[in-house]
Amino acid sequence: MGSEILIDPITRLEGHGRIHIFLDDDGEVDRAYLQIPELRGFETFARGRRAEDMPQITSRICGVCPMAHHMAGTKTLDDLYHVDPPPAATKVREMVYDAFMVEDHALHFFFLGGPDFVVGPSAPKAERNVLGVIGKVGLEVGKEVIGVRKELRGLISDAAGKVIHPVFGLPGGISQPVSPELRDRFAAGAARAVEFGKFALQVFRDVVLSNREYVDLVTSEAYTHRTYYLGLVDERNRVNYYDGRLRVVDPDGAELVTFPAREYLDHVAEHVEPWSYLKFCYLRDVGWKGFTDGVDSGVFAVAPLARLNASEGMSTPVAQEAYEELCSTLGGKPVHYTLATHWARLVELVNAAERMAELAADPDITSPEVRRIPTETPTEGIGVVEAPRGTLIHHYATDERGLITQANLIVATQNNAARIALSVDKAAKALVHGAEVDEALLNRVEMAFRAYDPCFGCATHALPGQMPLIVEVRDPSGTLVRELRRD
Amino acid sequence: MTKPKVAFYWCASCGGCEEAVVDLAEDVLAVVDAVDIAFWPVALDFKVSDVEALADGELAASFVNGAIRTSEQREMAELLRRKSAVVVAFGACAWLGGIPGLANLSSRESILEFVYRGSPSTSDGDGVRPQEETDVPEGRLRLPHFDETVRTLDQVVDVDYYLPGCPPPVDLIRSAVTALVEGRLPEKGSVLAPDVALCAECPRAQTKPTDLKVTQFRRPHEVIADPETCLLAQGLVCLGPATRSGCGAPCTAANMPCTGCMGPTSRVIDYGAKALSAIASLVAPSDEEAVGEAVDRLVDPVGTFYRYSLPASLLHRRVERDAAGSRGGGQGWARRS
Repeated sequence: MGSEILIDPITRLEGHGRIHIFLDDDGEVDRAYLQIPELRGFETFARGRRAEDMPQITSRICGVCPMAHHMAGTKTLDDLYHVDPPPAATKVREMVYDAFMVEDHALHFFFLGGPDFVVGPSAPKAERNVLGVIGKVGLEVGKEVIGVRKELRGLISDAAGKVIHPVFGLPGGISQPVSPELRDRFAAGAARAVEFGKFALQVFRDVVLSNREYVDLVTSEAYTHRTYYLGLVDERNRVNYYDGRLRVVDPDGAELVTFPAREYLDHVAEHVEPWSYLKFCYLRDVGWKGFTDGVDSGVFAVAPLARLNASEGMSTPVAQEAYEELCSTLGGKPVHYTLATHWARLVELVNAAERMAELAADPDITSPEVRRIPTETPTEGIGVVEAPRGTLIHHYATDERGLITQANLIVATQNNAARIALSVDKAAKALVHGAEVDEALLNRVEMAFRAYDPCFGCATHALPGQMPLIVEVRDPSGTLVRELRRD
Repeated sequence: MTKPKVAFYWCASCGGCEEAVVDLAEDVLAVVDAVDIAFWPVALDFKVSDVEALADGELAASFVNGAIRTSEQREMAELLRRKSAVVVAFGACAWLGGIPGLANLSSRESILEFVYRGSPSTSDGDGVRPQEETDVPEGRLRLPHFDETVRTLDQVVDVDYYLPGCPPPVDLIRSAVTALVEGRLPEKGSVLAPDVALCAECPRAQTKPTDLKVTQFRRPHEVIADPETCLLAQGLVCLGPATRSGCGAPCTAANMPCTGCMGPTSRVIDYGAKALSAIASLVAPSDEEAVGEAVDRLVDPVGTFYRYSLPASLLHRRVERDAAGSRGGGQGWARRS
């Protein structure tokens, strides 16, 4: 047995991801494991709760993306109670959800994952953060990032009750209509968000695409996996975050299957490993073949790049243009370069902003008809949304009083877990040679999973872009021979 | 004058408390101006050894969010306690246990059983479960152990102040930091929020009848609530009368009942018991049968009244489950092979 490298958040809490790299006797990487050391049991203590409380209970899985869980839960209640919300309720939900997508994607690009590119993957660690981004693109831009997020989060609060842990979702609708005054503010916020999205795309072009070194990094084999892709699409196979059918494409881009969320159990399954609390999703249609990519392996990806791959385009003009530019620049679809996820995230940001503007202009949006009272006996319900970090499925069964008897949740990061594990292993093998690893090199390993924006907030409370790391190199007897701290 | 040093830390939480601090937006800069943030893992790259290197009591204050479920969390809470003049339990989870505290209704075993075997999407393997130690071909991997029970911060260390809410309202965070900087902190043990019930700041307060009586409780999905009338007067279980104010009543403003995330006022020992009695006292009928009918409508008393406070309650946790509950499994759900 050779040396081990353990990359562990310095805080060493149960809630944080951990990378364990084993070296062989020649100092080459034998295998790298990404472990998720956390489990909270929401599905178990959901039993006995009132179904209508689930959107508020499950939002506490994650305070970074509470709207995703709240909305998945609310849609599950529609299905559970066999009730269709009035058109205005559906449109308001989608408009609010789009506002959430914009502010969350902005958070990731400017605060978490983006600094690696905007400031540079090997820049001094003290600059590789949002302040470094502001230093590079200007203070006014920094203010606009904070300003846009503040405005959108204020709009979400006013429509949904609270931005952190929304309350407005009910089976058959929402708790309150949107006033004309609030509609006007949504329209203004959306217009600002569209401009902001265009600007963010330009930043990406100027900083990343014009730099040969970055483009080489994005397209390098170390960050490439040929897997299946899953995402929600509308009736024209365009990306949608709030509703639609789930579409899977194979590593060559051909459609494998398209199915409604109600059939998720026929297509998505979870594999258990003894060394991580997080389960690994795979496609039932293909099967679990271990941690490997290719057409014979059921490993798939979700989140921005996967959504673009699984679709046939975007629903709005500016985003469609950006989507075409992305596809043609990177050699056509499907795009297998994990780091291109950052670019795809910005395409989605502008798409969500444009969609938000369309909905704010919809004559239905201020209709007072936002509730339909359920009249049927609740039985079983399944709901899906695209969380910023990928497909999120809630599934509840109840007794006739609407008390939960079973709940099952497939969260975005679980869907991505196997491919993230592949990415970390591959990046480590390509980049780490021997125990003498430096901080910049470790950051490049970390970038392999940061691109997914993995919501370890959902499982671990950590915002990965800011995660301090510690590396320990031990000899086969377990003695510490080298320690490297990135903090 | 040197700026007071403060720390922000998370235990078993969702990250919402951290987002609430970020939602101070440009005011974050004012906070950074007034205090020296010595430790804040989510945003700044200081490490545990930096905290260990501080003199005991050198931190003016530590703001700790989240409940306690692992030995590591307990150790961090103890470390910050030792280094801090003041420890603030930040948010509902640290103060009362919060929604993750509902896990005290199930056993660790039933959680593992469902997640790794009973769940309908989990593939039928050979009963593999995560292990605290696993030997893989390349070496040995370890996972941490979980406590059976979720605890509040003050069940683990001495706590000086409490900031309520899920998450704490931005205004309360701002005034708590200001009070700390200006040395205007109240008596130890205080909750840093107004000490009156939510009804005082509810926009519907004027419509709350003085002799409020409810003949039939209704659930939120069963009624389209009038947007201006007291929700209790409409038969909805709104916990405003039992809950501390300071949040600005955003839930009732959004036409949804208060669920009690701000916790009790200072005169209450057990929040859930107080909330239950506040609601029960509104029951209009006086004959036993009618009272029974009205109360039967309160279908999930623990989840309704103790939603944020089970670990802090006199009930604390459920120690036994009936056979059906302890199995976790997928009864009634078809499994795909």
